Amino acid sequence: MNIHEYQAKDIFKQYGIPVASGRLAKNPDEAYAAAKAVFTPGQIIAAKAQVHAGGRGKGGGIKIAKTPEDVKAFAEKMLGKNLVTPQTGPEGKPIHSIWMESSLGLKKEFYVGIVLDRGTCQACLIASSAGGMDIEEVAAHHPEKIVRHFFSIQTGLAKEDALKVGAKLIEDEKYQKQLADVFIALSKIFIELDVSLIEINPLAIMDDGKLLAIDAKINFDDNALFRHPEIAIMYDPSQDDTRETEAKKFDLSYVGLDGEIGCVVNGAGLAMATMDIIKYEGAEPANFLDVGGGASQEKVAAAFNILLSDKRVKAILINIFGGIMRCDVLAKGILQAVETLSPDRRAQLDRTPIVVRLEGTNAKEGREILAKSNLKLFSVSDFKEAAKKVVEELKKVK
Amino acid sequence: MSILVNKNTKVLVQGITGTHGAFHAEKMVEYGTKIVGGVTPGKGGQKAVCDVPVFNSVKEAREKTGANASIIYVPAKFAIAAVQEAVDAGIELVVCITEGIPALDMARIKPTLAGKNTRLIGPNCPGLITPEECKLGIMPGYIHKKGPVGVVSRSGTLTYEAVWQLTELGIGQSTCVGIGGDPIIGTNFVDVLDLFNKDPETEAIVMIGEIGGSAEEEAAEFIKKNVKKPVISFIAGATAPKGKRMGHAGAIISGGSGKAEDKVACLKAAGVFIAPSPALLGVTVRDALKKA
Repeated sequence: MNIHEYQAKDIFKQYGIPVASGRLAKNPDEAYAAAKAVFTPGQIIAAKAQVHAGGRGKGGGIKIAKTPEDVKAFAEKMLGKNLVTPQTGPEGKPIHSIWMESSLGLKKEFYVGIVLDRGTCQACLIASSAGGMDIEEVAAHHPEKIVRHFFSIQTGLAKEDALKVGAKLIEDEKYQKQLADVFIALSKIFIELDVSLIEINPLAIMDDGKLLAIDAKINFDDNALFRHPEIAIMYDPSQDDTRETEAKKFDLSYVGLDGEIGCVVNGAGLAMATMDIIKYEGAEPANFLDVGGGASQEKVAAAFNILLSDKRVKAILINIFGGIMRCDVLAKGILQAVETLSPDRRAQLDRTPIVVRLEGTNAKEGREILAKSNLKLFSVSDFKEAAKKVVEELKKVK
Repeated sequence: MSILVNKNTKVLVQGITGTHGAFHAEKMVEYGTKIVGGVTPGKGGQKAVCDVPVFNSVKEAREKTGANASIIYVPAKFAIAAVQEAVDAGIELVVCITEGIPALDMARIKPTLAGKNTRLIGPNCPGLITPEECKLGIMPGYIHKKGPVGVVSRSGTLTYEAVWQLTELGIGQSTCVGIGGDPIIGTNFVDVLDLFNKDPETEAIVMIGEIGGSAEEEAAEFIKKNVKKPVISFIAGATAPKGKRMGHAGAIISGGSGKAEDKVACLKAAGVFIAPSPALLGVTVRDALKKA
């Protein structure tokens, strides 16, 4: 789960990482008042759109303003709009708030991040003296500028190790110590709050010589949210694809894509393979959708509704390999979903060819239930044939 | 022969009185797996499904039944404690089916397993099966058939798909192991490849990978150095966008690595046969066996 920059900075503050004091605004008047409150003569105001995506600067989501009036104009332009960045996809993410800080110029910028290393089961501190840039670019073109240090989840990051990393980034010992303190605070957040990725880019030395976290990114392990209720409430559903939010309510795993063939599959691996085979047959999938191992009729109905609410979807492929999930339950779920559709949706469904491939537990019973229904379905028992058929039907309706 | 489990494996079911535990215990008994006991703290002395005796602790269950394997259906919040209990009791093979265990919990427990008597499979996996002998998992038993092909996979239903294609072609399996879809898992591809490589009755190996991490790249290196048997592979997620988690916590492309195309290139360089489409896994195995 991602959180906003202002929320991450609040956590940074609690752990002693230096951040500028700022204000959050949700409408242009608030933005004007907040900008006035943070404004310090001789400094600039950094106004930043709060969305769950990187690359905000490139997308025009960050304004370096000289006056509170500039900030108000920026807020009027941005709030309620979607911000498109290189990381959001063409639709962008909605801007519901703007974070403001008074700022000096940046004298020197660092990158610092921590991730979990699968192979060693240790945390990996990644730091670079080339901050403020896309770290993947730095890794690709200047690998020598990246410092990596692995540390145990059990014992945490040791002070002497943190100092050694600091020494690789800058010569001045005063800053080595300050950097080390930041690294240790980040490692504590990482371990104590079950973080998947934590990043400061940039961590900067300002014109007045102070070290400050200019940006803040934290991604939490969804599986551990049960033990961090104070984090779980920070979830902002507006930042997820509406189809993904809807899917989450029913405990379905859904990722929206840009193609035209909607997929309903059980199991993550098979769902990915189904996307792959659609592409292999010459079309594009509209989504990844895993209804899970033991999906109920309600879940299947919800999955079906999400697909039909997506205007991109021109054809549907249902691919189920029944293990725990019984194919007859799935078939009933489809019929139930159709019953609950609004007349408009129902008309849309009648225009949408559906290819169903059922195999595994109770496949025969499932196929019989679908065959008896008055739905226009194509029942295919082979995986490859099913993919071929749905691509063929898509071409007919396009 | 086979790897890890056979008709003599004696199995405990941790969480046997829960809905999933009870359902799958029954299915495993039906398949012929020797389920010797169940464990649910506080319910010792009771009988579970199929008259399986329930014990309060793994230690007690092991002492009274001589169990050497355990399968865990305990909810995510308590699953790591259940794994720890099985490890402490000295169970040789622990299969954790549970999905949703925090990554840092796995990062804490996995290093402690080194040098211990226990092999952990999973978590978030379908388990493993030696056809017609022992089913230690949640896969539908009837799709399997005894034979010479070892199957190892990070996925569940995609493994069923592959196995079904093999069985339909008349090609049986020695053992099928689902290692799980989480970022940190107890047993990885290399561990299972090593076991299949040493098993005289496994003639070919199917490895089903997916995007995320570098387990397939490490497997490719191992295969290149050590495996003479034909290996056939498919990597799921070639069409997955970057930065999106595809269901499995481990299936996410981040920072440029973990892409399907990079994994396929590594495997090809190691001499692995690649199925271009997931529907062609079975025939790719058949052709590889003919060449061998």
